Order: sequence, then C-alpha cells, then structure tokens
Amino acid sequence: MAFVRWLKRHLVVIAGLLTLGYLLLPNVIVTVFSFNKPKGRFNYEWQQFSTDAWRDPCGVADMCGSLSISLQIAVWATIGATVLGTMIAFALVRYRFRARGAVNSLIFLPMAMPEVVMAASLLTLFLNMGAQLGFWTILIAHIMFCLSFVVTAVKARVMSMDPRLEQAAQDLYAGPAQTFLRVTLPIAAPGIAAGALLAFALSFDDFIITNFNAGSTVTFPMFVWGSAQRGTPVQINVIGTAMFLVAVLFVLAGMVIGNRRNKQKA
Amino acid sequence: MTNDSSGDVRLSGISKTYGAFTAVHPLDLTVPQGSFFALLGASGCGKTTTLRMIAGLEEPSSGTVFLGDQEVTNLPPYKRPVNTVFQSYALFPHLDIFENVAFGLRRRGIKSVKKQVEDMLELVQLGEQARKKPHQLSGGQQQRVAVARALINHPKVLLLDEPLGALDLKLRRQMQLELKRIQTEVGITFIHVTHDQEEAMTMADTVAVMNAGRVEQLGSPADLYENPNTTFVANFLGTSNLIEAAVDSKSGDDIVLQAGGGKLVLPQARCSAPTATGGKVLVGIRPEKISLTHADDAGEIPEGRNRITGKIADSSFIGVSTQYVIDSAVCPEFEVYSQNIDRDARLTPGADVVLHWSPAHTFGLDAAQDIDAGVETVEPEEGVAA
Repeated sequence: MAFVRWLKRHLVVIAGLLTLGYLLLPNVIVTVFSFNKPKGRFNYEWQQFSTDAWRDPCGVADMCGSLSISLQIAVWATIGATVLGTMIAFALVRYRFRARGAVNSLIFLPMAMPEVVMAASLLTLFLNMGAQLGFWTILIAHIMFCLSFVVTAVKARVMSMDPRLEQAAQDLYAGPAQTFLRVTLPIAAPGIAAGALLAFALSFDDFIITNFNAGSTVTFPMFVWGSAQRGTPVQINVIGTAMFLVAVLFVLAGMVIGNRRNKQKA
Repeated sequence: MTNDSSGDVRLSGISKTYGAFTAVHPLDLTVPQGSFFALLGASGCGKTTTLRMIAGLEEPSSGTVFLGDQEVTNLPPYKRPVNTVFQSYALFPHLDIFENVAFGLRRRGIKSVKKQVEDMLELVQLGEQARKKPHQLSGGQQQRVAVARALINHPKVLLLDEPLGALDLKLRRQMQLELKRIQTEVGITFIHVTHDQEEAMTMADTVAVMNAGRVEQLGSPADLYENPNTTFVANFLGTSNLIEAAVDSKSGDDIVLQAGGGKLVLPQARCSAPTATGGKVLVGIRPEKISLTHADDAGEIPEGRNRITGKIADSSFIGVSTQYVIDSAVCPEFEVYSQNIDRDARLTPGADVVLHWSPAHTFGLDAAQDIDAGVETVEPEEGVAA
C-alpha cells in the first residue's frame, strides 16, 4: 500500500523522467558510440572502448571541411534571418498597412509547406535564373525558410511589449534611435535570441532543401548522409556529441547567469 | 511658488479629432506656474488626450501649446521640458530602480548621476531599493519610482496620468498626501488627470472638470462644489438634489421660484441660468446643507428658510452622519445627510418631515440640460484610454 501511495504522489515526476529518458536516449547512444572501435566500416555494433576518434576528429577526409561550410552557412543564415525577421515582426505588430493581414498569414506558409516541395521549387527557381548552385544558393534558401520561425518568435515578444515604455523613453529625452537601442531592443531581446537560436539549429541540420540546392558543395548533414551509404566513421559521433555538449554548456551558462542575477536582486 | 510666468502652460484653441470623432473640442487653458492643476472627468472625456498633447505624445489637430514663452506644439516629446508619470507607470522592466530614475539624466548626457539619483530616491523614500527591478516592488513603490524618474529631470511641468488608479483605496489616500507634499517641496507645476473627484479635490489648487471633450467648469475645489455651473458638475462632484422650478418673481437680489406648490428663494448671484419670469430653472442644493425636521415640529423652523415637505423613504446610519432618502412631491429621491449630533428617534422611514435650508446655499442651473448628466453610474474598467 505504501508503495502505491508513493507511486501516486510521484507519478508526474516519474512520467517526466521517463519522457526525458525517451528524448535523451538517442544522444546517449551517439555519445557512447563515439568511443567505439568498430571492426568494419560501419559503426552500428559495439566492439570495444577507444578514444581514437576523439583524438583525431578530423581524420576522415572532407568531413571537417563540410562541418566548416555548415557552420558558416548557419552563422550567416542566422544573422540574415534574424535581422530581416525582426524587422518584419516589428512592422507587423507596430504598423497598420494595407497588406498586413495577408502578410501575417503568408509568413506562416513556408512553415506549413512540405520541405521537399519547397526544395524542388527553389531548385527550379535557381536553375531558371541561371544561378550557380553552391554556398550562396544554400544561404539564400536557408535565410528564406528560417525567416518564418524568427518572425513568429519575435512577434510574440513584441506583441506583449507595452508601447507606453517607448513613450516613456521619449518622454525622458531619448530620441528615436536611443529609444530603440535602450528600451525596445533590450526588451525584445529574449524573443530575438530565441528566434536566432531556432534559425541556427534549423539551418545547421537542414538536409532536404540543402541537398537540392547545393550543387557540388557538401554540408555536414549531406556528408553524414553520403557516408552512411559507404560506411559511418566514428568521427560523426564525435562531432554530434561535441555539438550536443556545446548546446548543454550554453544552457547551463544561461541558467547560472540567470540564477546569479536573481540572487543579486533578492 | 514663484510669480514669474516662465512655467505657465498655455493651451490655445487646442483640439484633437480621430476621423469623425472629436476627442477634444477647441480648448483654451492656462495653468499657472507652480500650481497643482487637475483635469477631472469620466473616462473618454478627453482629459488624457489633452495631457498627451502637452507631453507631445499626441499631435493636436489644431491649436498651439506654449510652455512659458516657448511654443512646443511641433516639438517631439524628447525635446519638451515636461515629464510624465504614466498610468501603470511604464517603468523599464529590464533596468533596475537606479537606472530607471537615471534614464532621463543619462539621455541628456549628464555623466555623474549618482548623487542626484540617490537624493531623488531619498525624496520618495526608496533609497534601499535602488538595485531592485521594478517587478520586485509593490504598486505604491513602483508609483513612487515613476514620480522620481520624472521629477529628477526638473521639468517645467510634471504630467500625471491617473497615477493612483492602480492602487487600493488606503494606499491611494496615502499617495495623494505624498504627491501633494512632493509638489509643495519641489514647487514644480503638476497637471494631474483623474476620474476620481475626491482625489482631484484633495490634491489640486485648481480643477478643470471635463465632459465630452470640453471643459465644463474651472475653479478651486470649494468653488466648483459650492457653485456648480452645469448639471454635470453638480452631479459629478459630490451629490446634488436638483428640482425643476419656474421663475415666479424677483425681490431685490433674490429670485422667487415656484416648485410643486411651494416657494423657494434663490440668490440671483448664484444662478448661472437666464431667469425671465415664467422661465424654468433647476434649483440645486447639496445634501449636507439640508436640515431635517419632523412634521410635528414644523412650527419651530425659523422664517426665511427654503422648505419642502416629504416622507422618509430610506435612512442609513453611517457613523458620522445618517443619510436619508426623502420622497417629496418636487423630487422623488431627495438626499439628505444629517450629522449625528442630536438624533431625533422619530426620523425613521415613513415619517413625515420638512426639509429646510438657507437660501444662500441654493444654486440655480439652466433647465435646458440633462438633469442626470454626470450622475455616477458603475465606473467602467479604467485603463481604457480616457
């Protein structure tokens, strides 16, 4: 009976932990297998512990090159989509213009459209314009599909902002530029940061649209896909684990800073 | 208070229209330097719009705004020497209290702000809270930060937009006195927008009562209360009993009126309406000016007082006074507030009574107005732009 009561009391926690396990299990597998020493070309069965791949992460031909291309594209796509998306979000919330309603719904369309369809139509577009497929076409495509997500994230934040705060800033001798830099931007920052992170993640691991529009350029997801057919080097797991760790570090740093601030306040 | 006029606020012919809707009809108003001025009215009467036009947050459709000798009609808010305490305060949530208060100084390029900010926080008794964020303070504290943030800039005029609206009653009373103290201490002109007539009367030297985009009457609180010029002012500031009466004759400085078979006397000087014989006027009397005597003692009432007979419909004892509702031929719900000095046990519902008062307390209004204008109904949710 005592056990049943204990179970009842902790049911939500248990369910939460199980779901978390379900979410994280794949990451655990990736990490464990980054220490594997496979016999053949495929890294699907556990053989023995080794740190070979960690000591030589770029030991596989072309892999680090593709990683660098992916990172570059992700950074530029994030910057481009965040700047444009933030401006669109402000325009949609703050200004009343004729096509506002239409823009508001059209901005969601790229999110709803199947990615394959968009990939194919982008390719058609680029080919018809005579564009050289490669880094730039990938970047243009990425900025495009990241935009909707940035707009959505920033818009939510801007909508909850009290316009009186900006009026108060103006009332306190801040000109338009000062008002934007000192009040509007800092208050909208969490929304903009969320949009930027989303854009980075989406761009970095995009495969379908990239694969259609890459020409001879190979991004990291394309490299993984390509190598999966011929054999999977352990280094892929090393990169995957490293990315995961970097993300975890970011989250932890954010939490520590947040906690410290809260303590200072109290 | 100083006598130079460099801090006067002068509005001339200022108006604001939104499409077909006129929020503020052309308005002339002068607020003298150093005064505590209140714009009083129900929500939607144009008082906030007027305030925002002085701040520069709203562009007038016509007219000019002068601060002292300087015309500021076309200046953006950040170039006007006025500061605003916003409704719900609009404190910057990402800055601490110190930085909120320092904001205006920093924007004007003043480097050493520490001393000034600390002094200002002392003035509003928030020295301890300098490093907290706005959301960690109570409503009353946030309100004081908003005042400090505006006052630190030594504006020519401080504009207050329903600054106490979000506070509970007790705190509001406290802050009314606090604001009045600060205003006396710094001597800056305060223009205070409120829908609360008691608040306006407690704090302001001069009150402008606004209704439907117009100033109905302007004057000192006592003047407005004792001599209302319109039914709106009579009903909106406190309670008034209004009786429809016909002009019977004139005797010296008094007008004799006919109402429900009886005669009432009204001093000519206290009547804002035209008084041709046979014409109609509304006779007003405040509930606390009326004495109540049981019908059996009617003979003891001195001569020369205005009198009306009626029956007590309802009475409620509220400590300092008893409030009666009297049913009479001339007015179905006559309100009488009687001080609880010597309570007459016979004055219970159903008793026949005589109401009487000094003619000098009577006022006369134009009968062509809505007799119920300004009667307080259930206050709509505040926060809707007034």
